Amino acid sequence: MSSVVACELPPPAPGNGSGVDLAPYQDAGTIRRLLTSARTVAVVGLSPRELRASYFVGFYLQRNGYRVVPVNPREREILGEKCYPSVAAIEEPVDVVNVFRAPAAVPGIVEECAGRAKAIWLQYGVIHKEAAERARELGLEVVMDRCMKVEHARHLGRLHWLGFTTRRITARRG
Amino acid sequence: MSEKEVGAETREFGFATRAVHAGARPEPHSGARATPIFQTTSYVFEDPEAAAAYFNLQEYGNTYSRIMNPTVAAFEERIANLEGGVGAVAFASGLAAQAGAFFTALQPGDHVVASRALYGGTLTQIKHLERKLGFEVTFVDPDEPDNWKGAVRPETRLFFGETIGNPGGNVLDIEAVAAIAHRHGVPLMVDSTFATPYLCRPLEWGADIVVHSTTKFIGGHGNSIGGVVVESGRFPWDNGKFPGIADPSPAYHGLAFQATFGEYGFLMKLRAETLRDLGACMSPFNAFLFGLGAETLPLRMERHTANALEVATFLTRRPEVERVAHPGLPGSRYAALVAKYLPRGAGAVFSFDLKGGRRAGTRFIRELNVFSHLANVGDAKSLVIHPASTTHRQLDDEELRGAGISPGTIRLSVGIEDPGDLIWDLKRGLEAAAAEPAGDESSEEAVACPL
Repeated sequence: MSSVVACELPPPAPGNGSGVDLAPYQDAGTIRRLLTSARTVAVVGLSPRELRASYFVGFYLQRNGYRVVPVNPREREILGEKCYPSVAAIEEPVDVVNVFRAPAAVPGIVEECAGRAKAIWLQYGVIHKEAAERARELGLEVVMDRCMKVEHARHLGRLHWLGFTTRRITARRG
Repeated sequence: MSEKEVGAETREFGFATRAVHAGARPEPHSGARATPIFQTTSYVFEDPEAAAAYFNLQEYGNTYSRIMNPTVAAFEERIANLEGGVGAVAFASGLAAQAGAFFTALQPGDHVVASRALYGGTLTQIKHLERKLGFEVTFVDPDEPDNWKGAVRPETRLFFGETIGNPGGNVLDIEAVAAIAHRHGVPLMVDSTFATPYLCRPLEWGADIVVHSTTKFIGGHGNSIGGVVVESGRFPWDNGKFPGIADPSPAYHGLAFQATFGEYGFLMKLRAETLRDLGACMSPFNAFLFGLGAETLPLRMERHTANALEVATFLTRRPEVERVAHPGLPGSRYAALVAKYLPRGAGAVFSFDLKGGRRAGTRFIRELNVFSHLANVGDAKSLVIHPASTTHRQLDDEELRGAGISPGTIRLSVGIEDPGDLIWDLKRGLEAAAAEPAGDESSEEAVACPL
């Protein structure tokens, strides 16, 4: 799977990476809303290899109650779920399309998402400004250069148990 | 979820708010508002699959308190938040934290460029580890960035300095030194114990790793020993120079920490391997006290720095004093660096030299009534020590000079008492020292209180 991009590549440092203003695609409110409302997540580029970042994310999402739909043309089944060759081939409604592919593959995936998904979520390092803008024109919500596992753990899960910064400040019991 | 809660997710909260709240949400089961002390070694797994996922590092779950503990985690997140890092790992002491960072970043044959004005205990630690672990260190005068550049070798893997040197008061040009480190593909690690994140946040100036002895100002009350490592999450540990972090780990079935955890790779390695193996974890009770201390860090640091500057200014006017090395004084050689990196104050630990050398210093310490003579800094109480006979006793004369210390140097850690009372105390000490006949600088008998 040479075209699969590792999930948790370091996000580019400000002024030192893609040159894309990522802030509009990393809004914490949008991220939290997607994580709490989504039920079905298609993982594009999901690897069957347990040590790959995409597998970590798919495994984690499944453990945390999401229905994971693998998209990988080379596999028949991953994480106990039927694998589809493309987003267009998926036979059920999808809330979030989570992308582990190289940036060049993103425009095509965006077009396939239209009418099939509510949001497209591009993992760390999967940055494509024009495709993100096009996705918004198509009515999709867009998250870019964030890891869905990390953001779930930050907002709803246990990232804080490992001493990581969640930036969550609240006096509410929850 | 309400709109208000979404708003709280995006608000940029101020430092004082984060000092009180970060890492410590109300405990969900009991509603306890203070962070509970989770005095437990281990945690029951939900099911066998959860246990497997935790040990494979696929899920974030508590396993064993040597590696993680909810009370310790609340403290870790608070400090990581205040420093602007992606996370933190707490250790049993500041030196354990440093050792943990070395163990994680370095391997035998590597080379380190370090400030020669480091805390004496750090210098001793580095020299021991150098011999036992097979890496090499070049110590440089930290004040001139070119010195760092000149010491770089092909096998250099780490730069290490202190935000404010102990006890010389050297202020590190973090931005310049970090830029040199990054040009050579290596990270800059900074001991920021004397600055605390309230006075300076090295990660914002380009440093990659910050270590603290939390025993000092973060805890703030001299009651617990602890340390912490914070990392920026920005350093490219997969640049080819750090196979110990980037290559597949045999301990986790070939898991590649950097490729899998990305910005969290270094800290995951530090926790899941180094802390696991060294075992120098912070106790939950100490983490509780450190978290409590951190809540008042902004208030205390304001008072510490204001008192320290007042005391230092007083000392400059005294005939018994040869030299005052407080980097915040007018005319300090570090004035420009203080203005840039320490605009809220240049810390509360500084040294001065008494005329009359070692014997005058001994008499001075003997006379004090409010300042406590002990080997620590960063307490709410004012502290005093004579480095040549205590903290830096392991160093020979040349090393002492390298650290900016003379036989008559006195180090103060100025507390949060009434400044008039501190000046009253010091004045009595100075007058007693002046009445002492000039002493033999090398006399062992003149050592006030060997520890």
